[in-house]
Amino acid sequence: MTSRTVPLYRAAHGRTGDKGNRSNISVIAWHPALWPILVEQVSEARVAGQFAHRRPSRVTRYLLPNLQAMNFVLDDVLDGGVNDALNLDSHGKALAFLLLDLPITVPETLRQHLAGADATDLLPAEPWRLA
Amino acid sequence: MPSVTAPLRIGCAAGFSGDRTDAASPVVDALVAAGGPSFLIFETLAERTLALAQLVRRTDPEHGYEPLLDELLRPVLACCLANRIRIVSNFGAANPRGAARRIAALAVELGLAAPRIAVVEGDDVGAAVQRPLLRDALGASADLDGVMETMVCANAYLGADAIADALVAGADIVVTGRVADPSLTVGPALAHFGWRRDDWDRIARATMAGHLLECGAQVTGGYYADPGYKDVAGMATLGYPIAELDAEGHCTLTKPAGTGGTIDVHTVKEQLLYEVHDPAAYLTPDVVADLSEARVVELGPDRVRIEGVRGHPRPATLKVNVFCEQGWLAEGEISYAGPRAEARARLAAQVLRERLAALAPLRVDLIGVASILGDDGGAWLSAQPRGDARDVRLRVAALHDDKSIAERLPREVTALYTCGPAGGGGVRTGLRQRLSTRSCFIPRDRVPARFAMMEVA
Repeated sequence: MTSRTVPLYRAAHGRTGDKGNRSNISVIAWHPALWPILVEQVSEARVAGQFAHRRPSRVTRYLLPNLQAMNFVLDDVLDGGVNDALNLDSHGKALAFLLLDLPITVPETLRQHLAGADATDLLPAEPWRLA
Repeated sequence: MPSVTAPLRIGCAAGFSGDRTDAASPVVDALVAAGGPSFLIFETLAERTLALAQLVRRTDPEHGYEPLLDELLRPVLACCLANRIRIVSNFGAANPRGAARRIAALAVELGLAAPRIAVVEGDDVGAAVQRPLLRDALGASADLDGVMETMVCANAYLGADAIADALVAGADIVVTGRVADPSLTVGPALAHFGWRRDDWDRIARATMAGHLLECGAQVTGGYYADPGYKDVAGMATLGYPIAELDAEGHCTLTKPAGTGGTIDVHTVKEQLLYEVHDPAAYLTPDVVADLSEARVVELGPDRVRIEGVRGHPRPATLKVNVFCEQGWLAEGEISYAGPRAEARARLAAQVLRERLAALAPLRVDLIGVASILGDDGGAWLSAQPRGDARDVRLRVAALHDDKSIAERLPREVTALYTCGPAGGGGVRTGLRQRLSTRSCFIPRDRVPARFAMMEVA
């Protein structure tokens, strides 16, 4: 079966929330048929890798199968949180889009369920990934 | 089983202090058109907002409540009172009684009969008599004496009980300080349906309805739109949400007809998980809500029903946020444009690092290259290959306990005009006292929440 590599945002959407020095990021399948792919590929380890430069002390994944959604909780990734961080975005509101850039592999049979344009089938360069 | 009673409608017209102030009128119009029992809530109290309000109250004892109170209420107060739409809000912030007095005065200005206004109190646990309790709860913090000395405020997250009691006692308007955001919705539901205060499933459902309402437009297309992926029509006129609750607490979410934005399963799922950690244990003062088996069902355009929420007994403790004045945050920005702009911005950053060694570590951002996803330590920026961006704004930021050292940063950024790389322009600087925060938990029986009905003057 042929497959293609696409950024996660083709298969899912998400939102960041924050409390203190902890960030939570939801990942929600665009279509129920894409849900098993997300569960298989968007693991705690891969998410921890995507946020390595933020040095999370812990990454926890919670699954919500009825919603075809997962909730990632990243501890200590906000440089102290809204009152301590020097980041312009001290809440980390933009972080969902870093997670949504994660490459995943999707079988051709599920192609019709992907969001967005086909022109992005090949991964864009990822200038912000650490070597 | 369908309920024979009319649904309770709760509209939300603000999701934070600083939200759009023209959101309420379409919500109130929709509540009037629907008829039946209804409430209007405003959620205006983010974590930091209360500490900032407390600082305002220090300099002006009559203020310290939501600064946009008039703008929020003036357009809808008469209509709400005339149609028995009761108002519940945490816009009391650091001064619920001050807010209540202002609302009473506003009613007089508008020529309205005096509304019955209740204030909910007890959240402020920063008073001297409660200091020992607070010290115990903060525990073996490294700098406990420093915390107590520099404390701006300490407030417990109260639940819905006192709100419900005030409504049962006949309040038209309930003004609170710090309460858990969903409690603004749970209070009206408890008062209207008369649920037992340990009816955990129903309270959990109302809590999640409140959770979906409490950020206003975040469930109707705000904080959601992403062109080409999540297109939202009418972003400039987003409708704010209305929850329809049945006697079981089940919630259908909708918004006023004719407004912009959208409510579908995707907007609702995103907001359902917003600021949630373990979905099986969403902790509030009213209940531990379990949304691990929740489902969302699209009933029609801009109508989504939430099912499958369960509840467990509420926690024995209440969360308290303690804010302290601790150190100074200094920031400065300068722009470079045209050929070699990025190289000039990087050179400026290097000059500042050398000049501001006393303020190390300095946060450095190259806006237009890398400024948001990175870390304060700079690992991310260091990993970026040097490019040739032609429109770059350098931003630097640092913290220091000593104001006289912190204020060197804005001065040095300004000095780049004449001492920095060629063509630097548009300097902006800022220096403000930092509010640090920590959280602790105290037994709920040590924080007696209560309401008081304001006397009509």
